[in-house]
Amino acid sequence: MGDVVIQTSHLVKTYVTGTNEVHALRGIDLQVGRGEFVAVMGASGSGKSTLMNLLGCLDTPTDGSYQLDGVSVEGLDRNALAAIRNQKIGFVFQGFNLLARTTAIENVELPLLYDRTGRKRDTKALAIAALERVGLGSRLEHQPSELSGGQQQRVAIARALVTEPAIILADEPTGNLDTRTSVEVMALFQELNQQGITIVMVTHEPDLAAYASRIVEVRDGRIRRDEPVKNRRSAAEDLKDLGDEEEEVA
Amino acid sequence: MNAKTLVKLATQAIRKNKMRAALTMLGIIIGVAAVIVMVAVGYGARSRIQEQINNLGTNMIVITPGAAQASGVSQGAQAFPNLSLKDVDKIRSQSQYVAAVSPVIVSRTVVIGPAGNWRTTINGVDTDYQTIRDWQTATGDFFSADDVRSNRKVVVLGNTVAQNLFPGQDPTGTEIQIRNSVFKVTGVLAPKGQTASGSDSDDVVLIPYTTAATTLSGRTFIPQILASTANEQDIAAAQDEIRTLLRESHKIVDQGDDFTVKNQADLATAAASSTQVMTLLLAAIASISLLVGGIGIMNIMLVSVTERTREIGIRMAIGARGSDVLIQFLVESIVMGVLGGLAGLAIGVAGAKILGHFTGWETSISPLIMLVAVGFSGAVGVFFGYYPARKAAALNPIEALRYE
Repeated sequence: MGDVVIQTSHLVKTYVTGTNEVHALRGIDLQVGRGEFVAVMGASGSGKSTLMNLLGCLDTPTDGSYQLDGVSVEGLDRNALAAIRNQKIGFVFQGFNLLARTTAIENVELPLLYDRTGRKRDTKALAIAALERVGLGSRLEHQPSELSGGQQQRVAIARALVTEPAIILADEPTGNLDTRTSVEVMALFQELNQQGITIVMVTHEPDLAAYASRIVEVRDGRIRRDEPVKNRRSAAEDLKDLGDEEEEVA
Repeated sequence: MNAKTLVKLATQAIRKNKMRAALTMLGIIIGVAAVIVMVAVGYGARSRIQEQINNLGTNMIVITPGAAQASGVSQGAQAFPNLSLKDVDKIRSQSQYVAAVSPVIVSRTVVIGPAGNWRTTINGVDTDYQTIRDWQTATGDFFSADDVRSNRKVVVLGNTVAQNLFPGQDPTGTEIQIRNSVFKVTGVLAPKGQTASGSDSDDVVLIPYTTAATTLSGRTFIPQILASTANEQDIAAAQDEIRTLLRESHKIVDQGDDFTVKNQADLATAAASSTQVMTLLLAAIASISLLVGGIGIMNIMLVSVTERTREIGIRMAIGARGSDVLIQFLVESIVMGVLGGLAGLAIGVAGAKILGHFTGWETSISPLIMLVAVGFSGAVGVFFGYYPARKAAALNPIEALRYE
């Protein structure tokens, strides 16, 4: 693979609780190239959440190395990790994790406000552009409570996009959504992926993994399966089949 | 994040819990209001006492018989008949710093005028008394040095006495009767108002001390000697000089003084101590309120941090550093402190106005005090907000995100 975004080698994470040692990850070697759409699958307890936290620079590995977009992450302190999360990673969570009583624009603007690189940017304009990109140009001033679940997740995706990160990390992004809305979110991911955005999505639903271009299955802290998706599904076409009902986001 | 965004965030967070924030700020509000009222009333009381002290005269020194106690209160001073006219003469003739000196022979009796009787204080004094007390006549003149030398029966009336004996008339040139003797009125003094202790300075008549000694009391000892210097700087030197002269005159070698020499500043201090109790009480209320208010802020900020654990997790996930979170919560508690301070300031100013209206005291609050009060409230916010903010900043983003 020419342009590598994620490069881990022998990534190990061990939690020590009292006298017990929990081996969450037992050596993960993973490479994700730019423009890939990877689904990380695994049952609960498989270590996929731990992997997600490590890839998201929310946690540091016990052993092994991790390079994100050419930067070695191991050994960095809290502040440096915060800066990397801010600039290189866009998070999309299961529970949306938007700030309540805060408008869509302000939610999307938030990562730009924590940018310490000193760039002078029109944060509001960038936030509006990101919201338009996910089809929420008409909901700029709405607060999360005034938006549907699908719309909230789109705001979260816009927030992930706004910093132009090297990678979007989505953790069960459709866990709180109904089938139709889930497919809509997948359609958006596929669209963004086609525009060249790298996506790593954690899911336990094989149906959703089928929209990705590659599946990585984690079990007992190791990668058990890593293969391209055969018969990749197109979310846009599935939506047509779901058809008759009106689309939620006009 | 810039300061504007941080303050906006903080006010948003406070507005989401208006009632809670208001109750939290109550301690600060009461504390600052108490400070403001305290300062205003303290100023009012001080300026009033200062005015009364200045009313006594300029650069005045008071000499009384008997030794002063440690507290500055002379005990039974009048019981020691140990100041005499000899002492007055010695001070007048030998002192370098004393510009004016006068004995004060006090007695109380009834004076009789055309309109009736009036019981008042008779002060037998020298002509210097007018200089020492800086007391002008409203009509007529003060009696002369010749009057004093010749034991003449002349009298200067205080304003209150004049009004009661001669309502609506100028008594100058007429006569009144004091204890079976007829005195000629040479003038009426300008009104001076209340003394520091609340009695009427104008309820007095002045006669030559020589006349007082011979006609009224027949006594030779003097309950009080007043003196004054030409300027303020000389007061201390004059006091020392008077002490030396009186010790000489009283032939005191090893013992302590059998008299007391005080100046106006001493009198002012004694008078001010009475207002100090109130000031101290308000200061105690203020500091306890601020402390309790600060603890209230800390408590609410701890609750807020717990409630908003998830928000903190989100902020950290998208790139907020610990210091960003720390500053966010610190600014919130500072804003809360400052808002409480401003509210307390408003209430304090209003309270001082109302109190001033009822007591008739002039209350004044300097802008500096206002700034200090509000600034201190902000400092309370920093001090008591730091611990909760630190707690927020130290959260682990993964656990914070998972927090339900």
